[in-house]
Amino acid sequence: MEAQLETATIQDEGHHHSEPFITKYLFSQDHKMIAKQFLITGTIMAFVGMIMSLLFRLQLAWPGESFGILNFFLGDKWAPEGVLDPNMYLALVTIHGTIMVFFLLTAGLSGTFANLLIPLQIGARDMASGLINMLSYWFFFLSSVIMIMSLYVEAGPASAGWTIYPPLSALPKAIPGSGTGMTLWLVSMSLFIVSSLLGGLNYIVTIINLRTKGMKMTRLPLSIWALFVTAILGVLSFPVLLSAVLLLVFDRTFGTSFYLSDIYIAGEALDSTGGSPLLFQHLFWFLGHPEVYIILLPSLGITSEVISTNSRKPIFGYRAMIGSILAIGFLSFIVWAHHMYITGMNPFLGAVFTFTTLLIAIPSAVKVFNYITTLWRGSIRFTPAMIFAIGMVSTFITGGVTGIILADAALDINLHDTYFVVAHFHIVMGLSAVLAMFAGVYHWYPKMFGRLLNKKLGYLHFWLTFVSAYGVFFPQHFQGLAGVPRRYYSWTEYPLFADFADLSILITIAAILGGLAQFIFLYNFIYSMYRGQKSPQNPWQSNTLEWTTPVKHIHGNWPGELPTVHRWPYDYSKPGKDQDFVPQTVPLEEGESDGESGH
Amino acid sequence: MNILLAVVVVLGIITLTQLIRVFELTKSLNGTKDNEVTDKENNGIANGFMLYLIGLFSFFIWLVWAYGPFLLPEAASVHGEKIDLLMNFNWAIIITSFAITHILLFYFAFKYKRTKGVKADFVTHNAKLELVWTTVPAIVLAIVIIYGISTWNDIMTDEPEDALTIELFAKQFDWTARYAGEDGVLGKSNYRLISGTNPMGLVTLETIVEKLAELEKKKAKLELKLSNAEPNGTIAENTEEKIRKIDKHFAKVFAYQKEMEMDSNLFLTGHDDIPVKVEFHLPVNKPVKFFIRSRDVLHSVYMPHFRAQMNAVPGMLTSFYFTPNKTTDEMRNITKNPEFDYLLLCNKICGAAHYNMQMNIIVESEEKYNAWLKEQPTFFAEEARVDKELKEIVASN
Ligand code: HEM
Ligand SMILES: [Cu+2]
Ligand SMILES: [Cu+2]
Repeated sequence: MEAQLETATIQDEGHHHSEPFITKYLFSQDHKMIAKQFLITGTIMAFVGMIMSLLFRLQLAWPGESFGILNFFLGDKWAPEGVLDPNMYLALVTIHGTIMVFFLLTAGLSGTFANLLIPLQIGARDMASGLINMLSYWFFFLSSVIMIMSLYVEAGPASAGWTIYPPLSALPKAIPGSGTGMTLWLVSMSLFIVSSLLGGLNYIVTIINLRTKGMKMTRLPLSIWALFVTAILGVLSFPVLLSAVLLLVFDRTFGTSFYLSDIYIAGEALDSTGGSPLLFQHLFWFLGHPEVYIILLPSLGITSEVISTNSRKPIFGYRAMIGSILAIGFLSFIVWAHHMYITGMNPFLGAVFTFTTLLIAIPSAVKVFNYITTLWRGSIRFTPAMIFAIGMVSTFITGGVTGIILADAALDINLHDTYFVVAHFHIVMGLSAVLAMFAGVYHWYPKMFGRLLNKKLGYLHFWLTFVSAYGVFFPQHFQGLAGVPRRYYSWTEYPLFADFADLSILITIAAILGGLAQFIFLYNFIYSMYRGQKSPQNPWQSNTLEWTTPVKHIHGNWPGELPTVHRWPYDYSKPGKDQDFVPQTVPLEEGESDGESGH
Repeated sequence: MNILLAVVVVLGIITLTQLIRVFELTKSLNGTKDNEVTDKENNGIANGFMLYLIGLFSFFIWLVWAYGPFLLPEAASVHGEKIDLLMNFNWAIIITSFAITHILLFYFAFKYKRTKGVKADFVTHNAKLELVWTTVPAIVLAIVIIYGISTWNDIMTDEPEDALTIELFAKQFDWTARYAGEDGVLGKSNYRLISGTNPMGLVTLETIVEKLAELEKKKAKLELKLSNAEPNGTIAENTEEKIRKIDKHFAKVFAYQKEMEMDSNLFLTGHDDIPVKVEFHLPVNKPVKFFIRSRDVLHSVYMPHFRAQMNAVPGMLTSFYFTPNKTTDEMRNITKNPEFDYLLLCNKICGAAHYNMQMNIIVESEEKYNAWLKEQPTFFAEEARVDKELKEIVASN
């Protein structure tokens, strides 16, 4: 069968080359090309975000010190004589957070893997609507361009934190970044939301309607389940952010007072009364919390595939995994106010949200146990993707357990907005998702580019990244427990925090190391596109459908008929088979049982 | 510093490029494939994970050893002690689960690395096991939830009636603490009365009258400007707009005055209020209720040693209550730091100087506290003083 496909590929090549550049590379409606566009745009944004974090980390480690590099990047206005300006510090933190959360880990992650994997793994020729899919990318592209443009605004980009709480974000006079910079931020995010919605709807419709023959919902790979629930979360929650943003725009420009009341600013008592900043926070976090699962679920989905394939063993508890994904998806909508325990919200709500939030720990724990048990008695092959996936499980645990503390309203009183929170969300969301995304890229790079990423460089990239990741964020728990607040330009005004000066330096050095390590990846990524080893059709001996398509991309994915699916995707090391994997397209033998019951 | 950094970066880059070349060379020599993993590599990584496990735990222990002493000292408030207990309980659970899962994760990765002749077990699920690891966390969490929520309710609900009331007032970028003064009642405030001499917008007959006068003066100036401006030009339009705003403001303040006059006592409660900056004092073992306000953007009252935090929200009165139970001197003994001071920090991003928006807090015996309070000028006295100073400045110009 494989041989047949190979020949089909070759026949197809002639047709493929004739397509004009514009429709092939730019305004492509092919999901595989769109996936690559998302990945590359997301990667560029990630490097911008990363360099920003290194710049403000310099200030935190060596406060007030002069750095030529700061002046180089930021110019005389924002880093006079190489010393970072406090307003610029806040701006960098804000744009860094925005880029990482939305541009890298929402659009970059879902955009890449939903586009690549959904049609390929469910056996579809393409997304339900290629046009909408293309528009989704171009809205994202436009939104990225505007976000980057906002860096060049005279008074600086948005600086109210990535959560842009009003009144800081609503009053153009409140701080320099609240002027044009904030306007551009809002425009950019509105486009971003449109992009997400277009993409999400498409993913949902595709998964529901375009599964190939035999691909029952209970035979879907977990990656698809995760992307499916992710898309639903996005479609339900992003519109709420959009409305929050629109109301904010009204407050800023048309003098409404949704979020404003009794304010005296810049020497003037504003006329607004009756609004509430808390309204914004409720709306924001109604998206904001599902958002962290919009980031995490695809990561968990990727991890499931990679761990199972490379342990040569079925994912443990397939149905429990689906159940956890659904439970997490549902619960993520009723926990948002755990970000607001000390905002003046009714304390009774604090108790309710403590309860719902801690419930999420149960399905999360189930997932972790299932990963660990998948390794148990496996035959593990440490490909670069696999070690990133294992790293992801580690950070998911480390960041997850501190969530139990932050969920507790009583404990959050003293930890809210400290470095403990920075440590928590970076580890559980930032690191887990980034590691999973790397796992996905190493694993599916051959599917995207027909070539393999260099393995040794992959190993080196992993170890440097993994060591520096914990090096950066693990110590921040301790700063947080000492009461060090986040979003501080410097701690030199507090003798109390002086003891942590060394630790800050250690963190920054780890961050620089980690940052450099990403250039290894960048090098590998670009180099392998042209010079990497050619990939065989199924490089990881995997069961899922994407590996039955020809290496060379063609429109419609499969040269002949669409494949028919006969079994679940996790028949690895099944007894009585001569190979340690059985692709989903292989018919069941007489009396052979399918899925979880297939002992 | 610059040079050091540059050297580190350059060295880093050189090392990396060299490494890449070495890899390329070895690859072409032994011809391994990038989608296959040799036994040597596989075993190396398995060992690497074990080393990493040891390294991670050692890092944790080192951090506890080296920085544990600099964490917040024991709570300096009654409810804070309950929080600390809850926290320790949570730590016990968390560190245990962190350790167990990490040991299993990395040990399994090590133990079940690919070995010649050993096939992976085809295990798909195990209902019993799954039931156990769903119910065990569920039970543990139930305890965490019940304990956590009861502590929270404890802290948030039982407020004594006789608490001392203090207002914490935030603006970009400083704090004012306001004591109620002799009458024990905090005077009213209204943001429309805020001015140079009255930054908190306190309500007294004087502040209202002053505000009205100030608005009239401003209006007169603008009217003069308007009469000189070219009719229907942009300047005229802008000025008219400004005059309209002032009229509106004036009307609101005027109406407010009428409303207040219904109960003229309200004018008096503010006179004896005591606003202080930079440092405020609290009597030990006496419940304090803080009323928290902001006049511009969000800020947050964060007093980590008392395990207290609450946002300051413009247009909304928030509050937090606690009983400090260790004086500053006692805490200096506990921390063995003669310079120790309790702090109030701003913990909600509010602009450039957010990082330096702080106040010192002194907790002391009730006598000392009373003596200190007596020395602080009341709002009325303070206003008169500032007023006089301003007048002098104006006169000298
Ligand atoms: C992809 C990974 C990452 C994600 C998802 C991420 C996300 C975020 C977010 C959401 C914020 C909050 C911004 C705000 O408070 O408004 C933030 C802040 C921050 N990030 Fe990252 N980040 C990532 C990587 C990094 C890296 C590599 C560093 C390097 C040290 C870093 C260091 C920081 C620091 C120091 C802050 C500011 C804390 C503060 O002043 O409040 N982050 N990040
Ligand atoms: Cu949340
Ligand atoms: Cu602040």
